[in-house]
Amino acid sequence: MAEALKDGIGASVRRKEDVRFVTGSGRYTDDINVAGQLHAAFLRSPHARARIDAIDPTEALALPDVVAVLTGKDMADDGLGDLPCGWLVKQKDGSDMVSAPHPPLAHRVVNYVGEPYGIVVARTVQAARRAAEAVATDFTEVDAVVDPAAAMSSEDIHDGVVGNLAYDWALGEQQATEDALAAAAHVTRLELINNRLIPNAMEPRAALGVYDKGTGDHVLYTTSQNPHLERLVLSAFVQVAPEHKLRVVAPDVGGGFGSKIFIYAEETAVIWAARRLEQPVKWTAERSESFLADAHGRDHVTQAELGLDADGRFVALKVSTTANLGAYLSTFGSSVPTYLYGTLLAGQYKTPNIFVEVHGVYTNTAPVDAYRGAGRPEATYVVERMVETAARELGRDPAELRRLNMIRPEDFPYDTPVALTYDVGDYEASLDKALELIDYAGFAQRRAAAAERGKRRGIGLACYIEACGLAPSKLAISLGAGVGLYESGEIRVNPTGNVTVFTGSHSHGQGHETTFAQVVAQRFGIGIDDVEVVHGDTGRVEFGLGTYGSRSLAVGGSALSCAADKIIAKGTRIAAHMLEADPEEVEFTGGHFKVRDSNRTLSFAEVAFAAYVPSNYPDDLEPGLSEKAFYDPENFTYPAGTHIAEVEIDEQTGEVELVDFVAVDDFGTVINPMIVLGQVHGGVAQGVGQALLEHGVYDAFGQLQTGSYMDYCMPRADDLPDFRVDTTVTPCTHNPLGVKGCGEAGAIGSPAAVMNAVTDAVGVNDLSMPATAEKVWRALQGA
Amino acid sequence: MYTFDYHRPSTLEEAEQLFRNAEDGIYLAGGQTLLPTMKQRLAAPSDVVDLAGVDGLSGIEATPERVSVGAFTRHAEVAAHPGVCGTLPALAGLAGCIGDGQVRNRGTLGGSVANSDPAADYPAAVIGLGATVHTGSRQIAADEFFLDLFETALAPGEIITRIDFPVPLRAAYRKFANPASRYAVVGVLVADFGGRIRVGITGAGPCAFRGTALEEALQDDLRPAALEQVEVPDAGFNNDLFASADYRAHLVRVMACRAVEDLMTL
Repeated sequence: MAEALKDGIGASVRRKEDVRFVTGSGRYTDDINVAGQLHAAFLRSPHARARIDAIDPTEALALPDVVAVLTGKDMADDGLGDLPCGWLVKQKDGSDMVSAPHPPLAHRVVNYVGEPYGIVVARTVQAARRAAEAVATDFTEVDAVVDPAAAMSSEDIHDGVVGNLAYDWALGEQQATEDALAAAAHVTRLELINNRLIPNAMEPRAALGVYDKGTGDHVLYTTSQNPHLERLVLSAFVQVAPEHKLRVVAPDVGGGFGSKIFIYAEETAVIWAARRLEQPVKWTAERSESFLADAHGRDHVTQAELGLDADGRFVALKVSTTANLGAYLSTFGSSVPTYLYGTLLAGQYKTPNIFVEVHGVYTNTAPVDAYRGAGRPEATYVVERMVETAARELGRDPAELRRLNMIRPEDFPYDTPVALTYDVGDYEASLDKALELIDYAGFAQRRAAAAERGKRRGIGLACYIEACGLAPSKLAISLGAGVGLYESGEIRVNPTGNVTVFTGSHSHGQGHETTFAQVVAQRFGIGIDDVEVVHGDTGRVEFGLGTYGSRSLAVGGSALSCAADKIIAKGTRIAAHMLEADPEEVEFTGGHFKVRDSNRTLSFAEVAFAAYVPSNYPDDLEPGLSEKAFYDPENFTYPAGTHIAEVEIDEQTGEVELVDFVAVDDFGTVINPMIVLGQVHGGVAQGVGQALLEHGVYDAFGQLQTGSYMDYCMPRADDLPDFRVDTTVTPCTHNPLGVKGCGEAGAIGSPAAVMNAVTDAVGVNDLSMPATAEKVWRALQGA
Repeated sequence: MYTFDYHRPSTLEEAEQLFRNAEDGIYLAGGQTLLPTMKQRLAAPSDVVDLAGVDGLSGIEATPERVSVGAFTRHAEVAAHPGVCGTLPALAGLAGCIGDGQVRNRGTLGGSVANSDPAADYPAAVIGLGATVHTGSRQIAADEFFLDLFETALAPGEIITRIDFPVPLRAAYRKFANPASRYAVVGVLVADFGGRIRVGITGAGPCAFRGTALEEALQDDLRPAALEQVEVPDAGFNNDLFASADYRAHLVRVMACRAVEDLMTL
């Protein structure tokens, strides 16, 4: 019992997986090599938009060690289908969104720089790259559409997509919102740009395709956050191979942040080429390929209006957003600026009227899809910049204006005007704790002290909410999702009493091998070292929908909890038989089955052994102790909290220094506080990166100008202060663990908090991310 | 990376000979610019002549008058050298803020100066201190060395052997680093040679240059305030995603002021 508690729920257990990660013993896709393996390099478009007139591989094929040059046409001729978008968004008028065909390898036309249109296979990486350069392709360039704001009035990129509009989507009551704005005592208006980001997982994407000619089995090792989804899409839609003949393995994966959710061209081409050539084919992205061809994030232009009554109560919020979707709809690209964005615009407030419309547009840029937070950072940025600006315009204290408008604990469950029902929360508790941590009252003094040093100090708040634990399947499917969003969990108790756990969630840095083990260990009263967590292999795990949207613990962990219930129920029956008691009389506590009010007990391991060596065993029970569960959440979970940033600005140079950052989050029940802290730290660092440093920029011709770390600025340790992080807890009301999810919160709250602090220091409201030195310096000149 | 022939000569003469014989040869010093360029397949030299084995290119001699640094000396060695730290701390400080730890452990003085990267730090010191660049066959004055973007007075195949930095009464270097690359958006070195002021500027233009107007203003009045009225024209200045030309011009003045402030505390 004591040992179980030591590393059970609530303990900051050190991560089991880190020993292999920090000693170089991890096994990533690129570490896997098979006999006879060939290497691939991709033909990538140098143009943002062009027709492919001819591809001549003659010279390339004549080079040593070159095996094949396969093109988009070859792939189409082989009958492979397009890459589908997994979420069908309905437009305002009820019609379906307009989805442009997305062949894995382009043929006839290319639509962004870096788009793959062919795969070159050779015996060495060097030979493949050399040969790719030797392929002669004739392009006819066409003027590119790059600026999302101008996309609707530019030439159509895709046949049949008029005005480059994928959809014109809306949510909420337009008339009521406009009426309320017209009657409002004050209206705050702002244009807000959510800058384009380029994900930078430490491990670039990679794939190794293996085809067994004898059995017809395909195995694809790849950097995926959701191998079962990859298998489903590749079999059902792209038709690479039937589902039972395709195994997808996502071994150790070095970070994803969303970018490895999607079904990409390269992985598809690798497994297809392996079958076609009947030899294994491997590809590992160069960092420069990742910049060009991983799905990017964010990229919104928004006009917003917030109406307040004479008391400062929010009466209406109207939001009009143009979302850049890139050249094609990526796997979940359509849902991010709609259902993961518009639905969050109530924030933590009782705004009665909200209307949002979103124009999703195509441009000749890399596809845009979910990136840590996915829609929710964009929503928080709109709400929290607007609220802060309104407070400034009205001369109100920004914290108190928020407090006045917050949904209160007694209001739950709370139905927002934008389709969600928040189950539980205490937003003021997080606000108060954060204000205390930052010493809100002492800010004026800190500002004065900074001024003496020639620095302008600013403070900014963000009270965010997010919808996590994606998602109730029926609701998601009714809104256009192509898949359910439940999760599977299986627990196999081995005859010796230790446990192998199979989860459809996938860990690519989150620490599931530890936290999931804690959840199971706690239930069975065993140590976490007796629990092995298996994930990331469609050949071993029955099914799963993977890891994204802070869903793993809330959905995948809950599935394991349900499977554990079944194990305990069966174990109770076995124990009752062995202890010659009625099952009703047997309880399971502290790792022992015990007959109530007696000293008759059996350990978990003894019952496990009996299940596999059933001599003294119930006649009506199957041997074995292995159970599985599919858990479908009944609602989203709603983590929420308050982030507060303080910055100091060098008046002469415009440099912004983040000098203090406080995060108080309510993630519900916390399984491992240390891991949660790490998730918050990483998320905040990414959010600070968005606010101050990162920007994916294309020039007017559609060439990526920030294609390396020389120009794309990732946050580093010395860009960040020591974060001060705390939590409040209102357990989720509808999952068995009471958990809400913590993976994205840091990246959701922090950009708005930092930008509110920067604009506070500068004295302007309209400053866009990233707040680079020159931009801030120019704002200071005009302020 | 494309294939190439690798050579590791042990004398200067041998290195120059290998270079002359190569179809499209290039010298490898610290490799902090060359190797990334080759890895990105942006450079395809036929022959790489590695200078690491050439005798006599490394080492530092610091006297009260002169700090002489061998061309193959790594940035980290300059930054930590007691003689440099004692005699010419501005040079040690400059070397210590180049790139990051890995770059400083590999990058060399000669490689940096010979490349004339517009955003490199060392050229500000060469110009600002009026250094003398020694090659196998001659000496080149700082003011004649940097010609343009990636262009110097070095003849093809000519190898820098060492650079002599005169020791001023006091000097200071201030750098505004690009947060992504850590290269100098603007770097300004101000040196006081006892009534004679030199100002070396890097980052702002196509190559490092002297801030003559700043020098004149500081000549009679070595205080930051002296720079307030000095015009820094931005004609020909670099203009990129991170900083436009007029912002760079503004930064030149700000960094110069800060260097003067630092210098006044010495």
